[in-house]
Amino acid sequence: MIEVKNLKKTFGSNEVLKDINALISPKEVVVVIGPSGSGKSTFLRCLNLLESITAGHVSIEGVDITDKKTDINKVRTEVGMVFQQFNLFPHKTVIENIILAPMRIRKLSAEKARERGLELLRKVGLKEKADAYPDSLSGGQKQRVAIARALAMEPKIMLFDEPTSALDPEMVGEVLEVMKQLALEGMTMVVVTHEMGFAREVGDRVLFMDGGYIVEENIPKELFENPQQDRTKSFLSKVL
Amino acid sequence: MDFRLDILVEYIPFFLKGTLLTIGLSLVGILIGTVLGLIIGLGKMTRNKLISFICNCYIVFFRGTPLFVQILLIHFGVVPMLIGHTNGIVASIIALSLIAGAYIAEIFRAGIQSIDKGQMEAARSLGMNHVQSMKDVILPQAFKRMIPPLGNEFIVLIKESSLAAIVATPELMYYGRALASQYYRVWEPYLTAALIYLVLTTSLSYLLNRLERRLATE
Ligand SMILES: Nc1ncnc2c1ncn2[C@@H]1O[C@H](COP(=O)(O)OP(=O)(O)OP(=O)(O)O)[C@@H](O)[C@H]1O
Ligand SMILES: [Mg+2]
Repeated sequence: MIEVKNLKKTFGSNEVLKDINALISPKEVVVVIGPSGSGKSTFLRCLNLLESITAGHVSIEGVDITDKKTDINKVRTEVGMVFQQFNLFPHKTVIENIILAPMRIRKLSAEKARERGLELLRKVGLKEKADAYPDSLSGGQKQRVAIARALAMEPKIMLFDEPTSALDPEMVGEVLEVMKQLALEGMTMVVVTHEMGFAREVGDRVLFMDGGYIVEENIPKELFENPQQDRTKSFLSKVL
Repeated sequence: MDFRLDILVEYIPFFLKGTLLTIGLSLVGILIGTVLGLIIGLGKMTRNKLISFICNCYIVFFRGTPLFVQILLIHFGVVPMLIGHTNGIVASIIALSLIAGAYIAEIFRAGIQSIDKGQMEAARSLGMNHVQSMKDVILPQAFKRMIPPLGNEFIVLIKESSLAAIVATPELMYYGRALASQYYRVWEPYLTAALIYLVLTTSLSYLLNRLERRLATE
């Protein structure tokens, strides 16, 4: 469970998140949409402290991550993150990318980690690519490996920051398919995306962000078909 | 201009010995300098202001003063203070290592900072701490990019090691000067020394080019 209370984030004098409040339940799939620069990425990155939090509180599974005493590395093992630019480790093979953190942090043996890594690769449909280097993969394959890598830590929550935005259109589907599967298995997910079809089909709730606030939130059908706020209407008229 | 081969022949063994020491000095200098450079370079990048300031002073001093002056300071000042008497080889190794360390620190910093910050973020997001992320993700990639400038620094060091001659370290240039003053000759000793330096630096640069190409295709 994720609890966000009065979250504020400033970069210098630029107040990017002004007062964010959100409650995300276990197994919920929350989709975050909004115009460019509205703070979607910043919001997501505050949830695993990739950005320091200026004010307010974020708690993950009951642990306040803004508390100085919290071991943030431990919290991060329970919160997987998938980036727009994949960020695979180019000097490591696909399987090495996946087993690195489990071996370093969970102290799994190489065999055990590999066995589980291959299992995850099968799940994302890339078992035969285990010993390939990331450079030899297509964008869609890279992103599926990145998802498998995040899952290898067995997180309770997965964060996705525009996972399909850097992909050629024909590869978007294969990544969304993996994410959908994950949602069906009951993963708690927060997904920043422009894929409105995905939001509608997989999302339990949609948050619309603009100007550093969550302007409106609702179940996908309601938010898309019956937006209440003018800013939501104007945004949706541009993207739908 | 006449060219006396006979005195060159007489000096062959000395030139050989000198060349070996030149190679030795540069090799030890680059090795110690690399370790030092890693420490200083990381030190400069830490968030600790004091450590970062000290490392930066080190870099500024050694890059901003002539090696000539450094060698004299170390030979007549630092080494006697440490071991009670002067020693040319020790002073030369220290001076070459220290200056190489300063340049290599900047090479390390540039190498590390050239790695996309998404790499560190990905590692951290998996729960790896800063040190683990550096060791497993950032440094291996940075090292690869550091090889060309490190090789360059090695070549520079080979040439700069000739300054060790001024504190009577019996390397290549030392014997060149010995030959020059013994026979009052100019061309034979200095052209020979120049040629040997050229052979050392060009073969090293050839090896580096090959290494670079191999890394590029990997
Ligand atoms: N590291 C940073 N330093 C300074 N300003 C930043 C930083 N990261 C983001 N910003 C600023 O914060 C604002 C919100 O950025 P953010 O990336 O969260 O928006 P976004 O909603 O994800 O946009 P996009 O759809 O383009 O990804 C922008 O004005 C951006 O310039
Ligand atoms: Mg963004």
